Amino acid sequence: MKLTLKIWRQDGANTKGKMVDYPIDGIEGDMSFLEMLDVLNEELVAKGEEPVEFDHDCREGICGSCSLQINGEPHGPDRLITTCQLHMRSFNDGDTITIEPFRANAFPVIKDLIVDRTAFDRIQQAGGYVSVNTSGNTIDANSIPVNKHNADDSFNAATCIGCGACVAACKNASAMLFTSAKVSQYALLPQGRVEAVDRVQAMVRQMDEEGFGNCSNTGACELECPKGISLENIARMNREYLSANAKG
Amino acid sequence: MGGLLKSSVAKKFAMALSGLFLVLFLLQHFTINFISVISPDVFNEISHFMGTNFLVQAILQPILIFGVIFHFIMGFVLEIQNRNARSIGYANYKGSANSSWMSRNMIFSGAVILAFLGLHFYDFWFPEIMHKYIESHPEDPTRYYEETIAKFENPIRVGVYVISFVFLMLHLLHGFASSFQSVGFNNKYSKGLQGFTKAFAILIPLGFIFIAVYHYINHL
Amino acid sequence: MSVLDSKIPSGPLADKWTKHKNEINLVNPANKRNIDVIVVGTGLAGGSAAATLAELGYNVKTFCYQDSPRRAHSIAAQGGINASKNYQGDGDSDYRLFYDTVKGGDYRSREANVYRLAEVSGNIIDQCVAQGVPFAREYGGLLDNRSFGGVLVSRTFYAKGQTGQQLLLGAYSAMNRQINRGKIQSFTRHEMMDLVLVDGKARGIIARDMVTGEIQKHSAHAVVLASGGYGNVFFLSTNAMGSNVMAAWRAHKRGAYFANPCYTQIHPTCIPVSGDHQSKLTLMSESLRNDGRIWVPKKKEDAIAIREGRLKPTDLSEEERDYYLERRYPAFGNLVPRDVASRAAKERCDAGFGVNKTGEAVFLDFASAIERYGKEKAFTSGHKNASKEEITRLGKEVVEAKYGNLFQMYQKIVDQNPYETPMMIYPAVHYTMGGLWVDYNLQTTIPGCYAAGEANFSDHGANRLGASALMQGLADGYFVLPYTIGDYLSNDIRTGAISTDLPEFAEAEKNVKDKIDRLMKASGKHSVDHYHKKLGKIMWNKCGMARNAQGLQEALEEIKALREDFWKNVKVTGKAETKNAELEKAGRVADFLELGELFAKDALHRNESCGGHFREEYQTEEGEALRDDENFKYVAAWEYTGDPREAKLHKEDLVFDNIELKTRSYK
Repeated sequence: MKLTLKIWRQDGANTKGKMVDYPIDGIEGDMSFLEMLDVLNEELVAKGEEPVEFDHDCREGICGSCSLQINGEPHGPDRLITTCQLHMRSFNDGDTITIEPFRANAFPVIKDLIVDRTAFDRIQQAGGYVSVNTSGNTIDANSIPVNKHNADDSFNAATCIGCGACVAACKNASAMLFTSAKVSQYALLPQGRVEAVDRVQAMVRQMDEEGFGNCSNTGACELECPKGISLENIARMNREYLSANAKG
Repeated sequence: MGGLLKSSVAKKFAMALSGLFLVLFLLQHFTINFISVISPDVFNEISHFMGTNFLVQAILQPILIFGVIFHFIMGFVLEIQNRNARSIGYANYKGSANSSWMSRNMIFSGAVILAFLGLHFYDFWFPEIMHKYIESHPEDPTRYYEETIAKFENPIRVGVYVISFVFLMLHLLHGFASSFQSVGFNNKYSKGLQGFTKAFAILIPLGFIFIAVYHYINHL
Repeated sequence: MSVLDSKIPSGPLADKWTKHKNEINLVNPANKRNIDVIVVGTGLAGGSAAATLAELGYNVKTFCYQDSPRRAHSIAAQGGINASKNYQGDGDSDYRLFYDTVKGGDYRSREANVYRLAEVSGNIIDQCVAQGVPFAREYGGLLDNRSFGGVLVSRTFYAKGQTGQQLLLGAYSAMNRQINRGKIQSFTRHEMMDLVLVDGKARGIIARDMVTGEIQKHSAHAVVLASGGYGNVFFLSTNAMGSNVMAAWRAHKRGAYFANPCYTQIHPTCIPVSGDHQSKLTLMSESLRNDGRIWVPKKKEDAIAIREGRLKPTDLSEEERDYYLERRYPAFGNLVPRDVASRAAKERCDAGFGVNKTGEAVFLDFASAIERYGKEKAFTSGHKNASKEEITRLGKEVVEAKYGNLFQMYQKIVDQNPYETPMMIYPAVHYTMGGLWVDYNLQTTIPGCYAAGEANFSDHGANRLGASALMQGLADGYFVLPYTIGDYLSNDIRTGAISTDLPEFAEAEKNVKDKIDRLMKASGKHSVDHYHKKLGKIMWNKCGMARNAQGLQEALEEIKALREDFWKNVKVTGKAETKNAELEKAGRVADFLELGELFAKDALHRNESCGGHFREEYQTEEGEALRDDENFKYVAAWEYTGDPREAKLHKEDLVFDNIELKTRSYK
């Protein structure tokens, strides 16, 4: 396969970036998208040029490191996968592919296609936990029965990998899906209810401080989410937040 | 209230509540307008009641005006914040792949509706206020029907009305259902509710269009 | 007596841990505030250790190369976590979990450590549930279990196929709570480049900020290494791309002994390599072997025809297929342990029966499971005379409900529909049982330097059972290390903050800078990946699933030559003062090029076959592993002497008072 790549190149956080064209040949359908970039980088290194920097680690769709806005969509055109699981057979010979970093002011570019997503960590640090000590004197696991449906919904919310595709897809760069998934995971479990009021307020406050946009309910986040995190979580967070504020 | 409205969730909640309130108003407005098609007399009667009742004029009308102003100011505030959340845009952004045109362009459809509201106020509300409160004409309970249909004699104005209602339809197609999500209502009834909101969003503006066109054709 | 003191407490096996906890020194809460601990790596072991140490009151600094602690590779563990809760009432106990683990490890692990692991396993589940980890539940609201890896009880707790993710996010949330309290300082996108020793004690690290390239000095009273395994020495593995041995290897070069480097687990069910471009391998959960039947064609011509695409696997009749695991191991069939299944696949492919274009794949076939489940479903739903199509349809539904996400993942990667045609699988490097030698307190041979999780030589002996890695990581981090480290730190309550102005820090910093300089200034003939791939090929071919003395001898030489070439001719583009992925890789590969040699040396010296270490010279007539308990019932701990091949061997004899040593048989 012969392709033209249009890739965002930017030296550092404080320099200006631009789109650069790279023709590439010999790409096979069995390659993953990141392996295609490996091929490009190998060529760039051979020419003595700096390779394209991009985040990646597990390459099996679970660590949430890989990002990339590919042809205008986070993680590319396929659904329910991350960029590392996207394969080149989804493209055709002669295609032009644009590759950009996830864009949001809350995700500043570090270099090329790498962005700083620590805003997500700070949202979690604000309250995304249950305040129990880990030193081993907790009660027996089965002394807290949990309704299976709630447990399953909680699990589904907890499968978020924190990749930031929701923010990247959202026309407003809103982090509501991410934040609500964590709020929901705990809101649905008895262990998490204890601190529910403080948690949702603290997490929403942090989310707003990070400079993410507001939710317009376009649903883009849900569709582009590699784990299919549901919009129901956003509604749940809205409920939790509003009732938390009503309680004061 | 100012403090509460600092948060994004609360802002969206307020946006949704004002929107839902305007939807209710729209339904009421439509009902009265539609009566103009069925019976000019009843239309006059209701219009007279609405125009002279103290409760409606002194309490509901200011609330409505506040609701409208709040909704559009908040809409612009949110839009500005949203734009500021991504100051460097994408070279290639494929919004159509994951969301509807309506949902991405609420500010645009909203702005068209706002412009229309200007025209609408110019057509009806300002003359009405002039008539009643500034020029202090004696009250004539039968004047409303004639005044109303007189506005629909100009085909350009009718055309503008029709286009505006198309945008209202687009605005409602996303906004009505979306407001439930913003107030936290998303459960097993949501699917049915969405069907209802879609039907409402299409039928009510179509009804308004019908009324305008009906009066225009009647006059020919 | 050997210089290795394992510090195993005396007394009966079941009382050792309790007794030890009662006897070790503690640090009073007011003093903990004056003590700093560095934790390198934020996976299950590091994340849980950091959170617990911070809760106890220590000042913790964590380091991870990822952009967030949540991305450590523990996240990729699929199947589950073992615990001897006996919730199913099927006769499980601490002893049984202990026994299974020691046996599964082919009798090459330390009894006392493994028993402690079993003992705290239940606590892990309690802890995780309290933290809000959403484990799978039954309709009654209680926790669900499944069985795993050939053991006789159901003791595996799970969260669909994402157990590692959920447990890691639990540890990460506990960390977040401490970060919010200011008790943990989290350094992300930071890589540990060296360990700093002051007066023979671990007192800090040198780290590189991977964004700015800044070389930083960080001091502490103790350093915990929880930096994972070294499977990436093979280039292709199921490890994350960034997984590396740098932290452990630096500690080794500073005096920590490296134990059993040759014990590597090769997982039998991975998606095969599709070509030279391949960057990593993807694991398919072991649970698939419950229903899939593994086979290759009986006739070589058929295998060749399939490879060339002239024949479809579904065209072969039952008689033309060789279900080699069922043939060789009638008792366990397709459910033999990982090491046995992997070797059997390699044996068939080496003999020329491989089924994909590279000749390195076998079939994992669900056709009979689909038929069996379909018939069952048809029968129970009253279709006594269901047609073949009907049965197939129903069977596919059942299989989809059980393995749907795995089938989907397979289809995404391979572009074949596993409901219609058998899956292709091949073994891949997955986990390394070897690692830094630690005593019962998880302290390495450097005072104040601890190792936890996959980074230590651990509790798994020569082979790890499924669903035990998560257990060990969390046991070390939540329940073992936070106690045992206090014993050491109790001597440091009057030490005060460690200054980074000490000459030892300057020396280590200079070392690091010099090394980076050398990498940046090499002649620049070949890329880093070029060397990594070459190393991987040597490792896979000569130190892989089956090894022999000649191959290992060659590997030693080849790796050495490759390493020398690397330092002369590697090409690192860009600058050292910015984000530079090539430089990061170069540093890691440099260490792999040293570790690889020690790996080969260890494998060469161990003249026996056990668990993941299979020496072709030492096998039974039927081709099974032949252990030599008389001569090799010890942990091989290697001391660095300046050159990996000159490493000095120290033996820790393994004593089995509570378990009788037997030959593992799965026939």
